[in-house]
Amino acid sequence: PPAGGGKYSQLENANPVIFQRSGERQQTAAEEDEDVHDPIDDREIFDILYKTTQNDLLMLYFHPLSLEELNVVEQVRVQVNDADSTVSVEFTPTIPHCSMATLIGLSIKVKLLRSLPSRFKIDVHITPGTHASEAAVNKQLADKERVAAALENSSLLEVVNQCLTSRSL
Amino acid sequence: MSFFIQSGNIRHVLYTLHKPLRCLQFPAVLFFCDLLSNRRLSLTSSEPQTRARGVQLLSDVLQEDSAALSQREGLSTTFPVPSGLPTFLILLSDPRSGGAHRVLREPPQRQLRGHAARLTGTAGSGNRFRRRTFSSEELLVTFVSPQTRCAALPPGSAVSMLRSLFQDVHVQSLMIAERACVYNMLINLMDTREAELKSLGADFVFGFVQSMDGERDPRNLLLAFQIARNIVVRGYDLGKFTEELFEVTSCYFPIDFTPPPNDPHGITKEELVQALRAVLAGTPKFAEFLFPLLIEKLDSDVQSAKLDALQTLNAFLSRCEHTDTAEFLQGLWSSLRREVFQTSSEKIESAALAALTALTSCLSRSVLSSDSEDVLGHFLEVVLKDCEHHLREPDLKLVWPSAKLLQACSGASYRASRVIAASVLPALTEQYSSKTQCSQRRTLLEVLQRFVQSVKSSRSTEDDDGVLSAHRADLCGVAFAALSESNASLQVTAAALLASLARQTGLLLEADVRLAVDHLTRLLLTEDDDRVSAAVVECAGVLAELHPAAFATRLIPRLKEEVFSDASQQHSHHAVRRRCLSALAAVSTQPSVVQESTPVLLQVLKSALTGGVSLEEAVLACRSLQRIAARVQDTEEAGTCFHDVIIPRLLSLALQAALQEEDSSGRGGALVQEDFLSAVVPVISTSCSRLQPTLAARTASRAVSLFLDGDVSCLPENSFPPRLQLLQAEEVSWRRSQLVCLLMGCVCALPRGVELPRTDELLSRLEEMSCTCRHPLSYTAAAKCFAGLVNKSAEGGALDGVIQRVRARICRELDSSSSPLRTQAFTLLVWVSKALLLRYHPLSTGLTDQLFSLLDDAHLGAAAADGFLLLMSDSPDVLNRGCHADVRIMYRQRFFSENSAKLVQGFNAAPQEKKPNYLKALSNIVNTLPQQVQVTELPALLSLLLEALTCPDQGVQLSTLSCLEPVIASPPPVLLQQLEAVVGRLLALVCSPAMNVRMSSLRCVRALSLLPAHQVLPFRARVLRALAPPLDDRKRLVRQEAVQARGEWFLIGSPGGR
Repeated sequence: PPAGGGKYSQLENANPVIFQRSGERQQTAAEEDEDVHDPIDDREIFDILYKTTQNDLLMLYFHPLSLEELNVVEQVRVQVNDADSTVSVEFTPTIPHCSMATLIGLSIKVKLLRSLPSRFKIDVHITPGTHASEAAVNKQLADKERVAAALENSSLLEVVNQCLTSRSL
Repeated sequence: MSFFIQSGNIRHVLYTLHKPLRCLQFPAVLFFCDLLSNRRLSLTSSEPQTRARGVQLLSDVLQEDSAALSQREGLSTTFPVPSGLPTFLILLSDPRSGGAHRVLREPPQRQLRGHAARLTGTAGSGNRFRRRTFSSEELLVTFVSPQTRCAALPPGSAVSMLRSLFQDVHVQSLMIAERACVYNMLINLMDTREAELKSLGADFVFGFVQSMDGERDPRNLLLAFQIARNIVVRGYDLGKFTEELFEVTSCYFPIDFTPPPNDPHGITKEELVQALRAVLAGTPKFAEFLFPLLIEKLDSDVQSAKLDALQTLNAFLSRCEHTDTAEFLQGLWSSLRREVFQTSSEKIESAALAALTALTSCLSRSVLSSDSEDVLGHFLEVVLKDCEHHLREPDLKLVWPSAKLLQACSGASYRASRVIAASVLPALTEQYSSKTQCSQRRTLLEVLQRFVQSVKSSRSTEDDDGVLSAHRADLCGVAFAALSESNASLQVTAAALLASLARQTGLLLEADVRLAVDHLTRLLLTEDDDRVSAAVVECAGVLAELHPAAFATRLIPRLKEEVFSDASQQHSHHAVRRRCLSALAAVSTQPSVVQESTPVLLQVLKSALTGGVSLEEAVLACRSLQRIAARVQDTEEAGTCFHDVIIPRLLSLALQAALQEEDSSGRGGALVQEDFLSAVVPVISTSCSRLQPTLAARTASRAVSLFLDGDVSCLPENSFPPRLQLLQAEEVSWRRSQLVCLLMGCVCALPRGVELPRTDELLSRLEEMSCTCRHPLSYTAAAKCFAGLVNKSAEGGALDGVIQRVRARICRELDSSSSPLRTQAFTLLVWVSKALLLRYHPLSTGLTDQLFSLLDDAHLGAAAADGFLLLMSDSPDVLNRGCHADVRIMYRQRFFSENSAKLVQGFNAAPQEKKPNYLKALSNIVNTLPQQVQVTELPALLSLLLEALTCPDQGVQLSTLSCLEPVIASPPPVLLQQLEAVVGRLLALVCSPAMNVRMSSLRCVRALSLLPAHQVLPFRARVLRALAPPLDDRKRLVRQEAVQARGEWFLIGSPGGR
């Protein structure tokens, strides 16, 4: 493992495997055409999450890399059906005991709630087999009441909001 | 005088005498002072205030008189600088001398000890002055400070003044202004009396340290830092006070200062940071103190402290010897490494890398001798040990920071490059061949490419081959292997690597270049991926500049063959031809390549005449020619090629196509199109503006005779009838009249100072054509050409006459509402206005006023509003700086400030249906202003802009929104007062039918979220509701804006948000 000091020494994984950035979405002529209807697609959801997660707090807690590079959210794990108004996001914590899994999941869920039309049913869960307490976390994330209650808790909301503060501003 | 004094009203006397005293000469002043002091009236008055006034007066008078005297040096013989003055000053400043010094110190019973007791109270600012007691020190300081600027002080006086100052005055208990006087005095003396001050030895440093210890005022700190910097940089003896001087200044590091709002002094944090950095980094003597301090700050969590520490380190290292750093090397390296390995901001990372480069080059300055140890070698060993193994794991995150650290070292010096390259490059090239995954290989290639880039290319000795030569074969092998891969991103990176290798002078052998050219050619012809061809074309451009011969002989013939191959009719082949055309332009920077490439392009155009090539490709060929004209080295060879071959050929082709069309053989179709002609104009104007002025002058005069007389003798291969008519608006067909745009290209882009023959004749023919021709392209081009000439014409009666004649004609046409030629007159009006506005010609106002009045016109109103856009924006083909036009700086701001009131008035007076024209004109003008000007000027126009948001014209909405966005980001108070209206109007637009309007208004809504939370919180619920529908917009780009805006608004007033 590489040498490191300061606040990052308690990192859960100091030298994680990285994945190539998929790059900015290429803007197409159809997207600029007033008359074409662009459906909401997987990449769009991914970009919403990707831009979300470039913030200091997550960096501080995890690593100076974005979630995508950490392989926490992969593009393939986002599934949207615009016609049926459903979206499903599967995320993979960096290590099976990652203590932040619930917070990541909650942040993803809140971001989608704020960013998608209300017609969508949003499902956020951990990739099967990648976390020790997978079932418990999934249950919490799926439970509307518990999510709402969590967001009533101002200290939790504070952490979530900090996760959702984009760094560019 | 004695009358005044005897009148007893001292204050009155002093004020009354202030003015006349300024005119007195020194002796008189001294006499006056003497008078005052003898009579115990002013300087010795027991009334402190009176005493202060006396001294202040004396100080003012002397200051002004010494300035005046030094200006009138000639007079100094009649009025020699009185020897009394300096003596007087010394007396004043030397406590041992008694005498005049008593003037300030007496009466003894008033002399105050305990400095703190001197302020009897400052409560109630109204009577502050009356209640304040001035101490003699303050008086001394304010009095002496200006005099130190006076060069007439006798030798030794500086020393005695300073001794007195340091012994008797406790600087930090003086008021801010007096402390500033002390510092200014020191600065003055350091500038004029350096030798004397240095004779004080370390006492001077100690005195200064005591004086500034505890300074808190930022203005004074700037002065104090300046003195400290002078001390360390100008080689004052620090003696045993090095640490004291360091302590007294470094205690301010890192500077944390936020100027108060509306700070009248305008001191910024940055100024203080720079001033302090200049002190701390000023001398290597600080090394033992500064390094530990910097390492400590680097370990802190405060980002700005880290950044400041890194930048200071960088500045300091450039002054250090390697011996200064010895004991801190390990600590510095681990801090720098940590900052790069675990960086959270790019700024800090790049500052850390820059500091590492500085550190390495500091070590590289060490001289190797047989018995000394190799400091640089040891250091690099440590670096390599910590970083190199990460390069073996190209999947993992630390590969990048490790590569960056090594590159930073390698870029520091030739020696460092050598050591790093010897160790890293073989390992990387070997890994490239052993790894099979594309992503790993790509990472390795990128790392390699950056290494090659970072290597210092300077050679240490003549017979040395440079750092990379030992690795040349391996590196080229990797680059060529990657170019042969099928993976696009590998090819792109390999092309970049190849370009970097080519930039290393003398590295590539002839054989390598040939092989490279073959690879590039193959990729150009076969690879469809846009990213690959862009990278290949760029790489070819770099190589062709350095190795023109290989391109002229290998690449160009191959491309030519491809362009004219039989397969050229197939659809798939068009893409290849497009790439060939753009590659021809990219490689043509050397005249020898241009000689080969331009004939190919001309041949493409020639076949367009017979319909062999489409309009699109003809346009591409022209663009390539223009790119070549803009980039080729301005040699005689290149000039001849363009002025004697290409331009005549282009003119001839256009003319041939026009005549063919008239004969209705109809095959030259592509070349009479506006698109083609607009692509030819920049080829001609670029050549005329930048290649060989003498040849350009010849081109211009040939064009003049061609267009005025129909003299076709200069055109190649022509079978044109003699005395062709081209500029006769009434008689010739549009196909011929539109060629006037080519004339514009020839005559309007000439460098200033190049003479153009028959200008008057040309102007009147162009005027005639622009006013009477019915073909839009023709009359517009004629108007532009006219404007281009007027813009460069010499000031004077002749020009004024031309303008007045044209203006009268324009008015005549515009005034008769039934005239069929009003649009022509309007077009000429806009262009001539622009030509004159750009050069600040006084007659431009009349023309632009005419344009303003047209905003009410039934037919031309909308066009007039658009005309302002033309007036304010750069036109690509004429009247721009590239064409050497007379463009004064800030003409837009000037026009805006002179005319914005007219617009507002016009708007208010205009009938309802004409108001949009004014709003559009306004947004056209405002949009082109630089953002700073917009932000300062717009508050006055805010209500008009809000009005414009409700205007149904989408163009107006859009340009208003783009004006508003920066204004919202730094909102003037007037905007905050109208927030309700702003929010309401913006939200009304987020569901507009035009997607650009929706996006732009969403951006504005997002910008609003950054205003102070208490201002926008009341709108939160309303905005969130209104932003829900755009989340489901049919356009993705709109949704993206909506997501961002809504996300920000959610954070307002929420815990953890804003």
